[in-house]
Amino acid sequence: MKLPLYFDYQATTPLDPRVLEAMLPYFTEEFGNAASRSHPFGWRAEEAVEHARAQIASLIGANPKEIVFTSGATESINLAIKGVADMYGEKGRHIVTSLIEHKAVLDTCKHLEKQGFEVTYLEPTTTGRVTAEAVEKALRPDTILVSVMWANNEVGTLNPIREIGALCHARGVLFLTDATQAVGKIPVDVEADHVDLLCLSGHKLYGPKGVGALYVRRKNPRVRLTAQMDGGGHERGMRSGTLNVPGIVGLGRACEIAREEREQDYRHTSALRDHFERRVLAEVGHVKLNGDPEQRLPNNSNLSFAFVEGESLIMGIKDLAVSSGSACTSASLEPSHVLRAMGVGEDMAHSSIRFGFGRFTTREQVDFAVDQLAAAVKRLRELSPLYEMAQEGIDLSTVKWQSAH
Amino acid sequence: MAYSDKVIDHYNNPRNVGSLDKAKPTVGTGVVGAPECGDVMKLQIQVEGDRIVDAKFKTFGCGSAIASSSLATEWIKGRTIDEALGIRNTQIVEELSLPPVKIHCSVLAEDAIKAAIADYKAKQAEPVSAPEASKS
Repeated sequence: MKLPLYFDYQATTPLDPRVLEAMLPYFTEEFGNAASRSHPFGWRAEEAVEHARAQIASLIGANPKEIVFTSGATESINLAIKGVADMYGEKGRHIVTSLIEHKAVLDTCKHLEKQGFEVTYLEPTTTGRVTAEAVEKALRPDTILVSVMWANNEVGTLNPIREIGALCHARGVLFLTDATQAVGKIPVDVEADHVDLLCLSGHKLYGPKGVGALYVRRKNPRVRLTAQMDGGGHERGMRSGTLNVPGIVGLGRACEIAREEREQDYRHTSALRDHFERRVLAEVGHVKLNGDPEQRLPNNSNLSFAFVEGESLIMGIKDLAVSSGSACTSASLEPSHVLRAMGVGEDMAHSSIRFGFGRFTTREQVDFAVDQLAAAVKRLRELSPLYEMAQEGIDLSTVKWQSAH
Repeated sequence: MAYSDKVIDHYNNPRNVGSLDKAKPTVGTGVVGAPECGDVMKLQIQVEGDRIVDAKFKTFGCGSAIASSSLATEWIKGRTIDEALGIRNTQIVEELSLPPVKIHCSVLAEDAIKAAIADYKAKQAEPVSAPEASKS
């Protein structure tokens, strides 16, 4: 087994070799600019882009004309939220979103607040779900946009998108969903799910980095966006800039594979994830699952290991590439805003690790991971004063801690 | 996080892990930090005369917190109480090459030494019986 092993599929995925194969010609012989209308180099590039557009549209139940290419989900989110705010700001200045969104959504909303927009940040349930009832309560006559992510990137919880979408459509409010983690893993159908704007990213579904897409509904209702970048008026005026043809070809192929193999990927990753959790829960005590045990992505497992701090645990499982909700692994020293919003105690947030499973994960890798994880937790608990206190029967919540910060 | 070899060495082979009998009048216990902050250090000293003859620690925290407390026990063992009180967090930062975001771990280690000594001194001043809750 080649070490380290990759268990961070939510952060990024390896490129599927079939995707790479599709992309390669577009770096070399097929180098044309898709906007060149005067010669075959341009025509062939445009043809490749349109083929990719159709592949993406097909995965999410959209019309190809509703797909706008971007540099990734962050740009798609910025374009969607700022584009709607600029276009519909006269109609209303209220936006509804949730506390568990990705920073790309939260920081874009913060930016708009400085420009006089009002934003309601919905609290999730303790399992990390944003309910349609919560959205409904937050709607106001001047609400122009609801933005709720499809699947959370930390805990993997799925939101009731269809319900929220139906509610927004009934109330005449535009509905944006950041589906970066969901597309390719679970069924996504912008029609049935009443989605008006949807963001996705190439590198989360075995495609290349630096390319993503924004779905913009054209009918019932027709969504209009103010472009956020001035230039040649590419992408029906919504996103100027020469198209990243090899990236787009890769994204298209990745979406096609996802459409064909989604159910197989689902079975594969959920079986590995369930095997992993069964073993961890049986072999390592005092483990808590963060997120919703039912409504979640098939490939995500976010666990808190009581009495052990996340960063030191990551050091202990040095052959496993994972990420932590602990403050100590981030530059900001802030523990995960998602776990905090869910009401997970800061001590358990510091002890959380996110494991991700993917198309290329094997059962052998998972078993290796559990073995190394169990050994590291055991060792760190022997080192932990909190574990010792708990063993002595002390209730940690009643202890008066001396804290410098 | 790219740690120095010394931090990794202390993390992999922590020195003086364990516990001393906190009820003993010659043992001083310091517990500093809080679980919510992601670090809790327990540092204990055993004193004979004015010399620290043994030191033990247990730490809940990141790699640099574990290394800082492990190093602290190494440094105070065999020293007098006054010498131990002279240890500064900046020396720990230097020895372990801690990055700026991890300086608080060294501060906590210095606090833990001071708390253990304060606990020992309190016991000496009032030798009748150890207080029930010796956690703070």
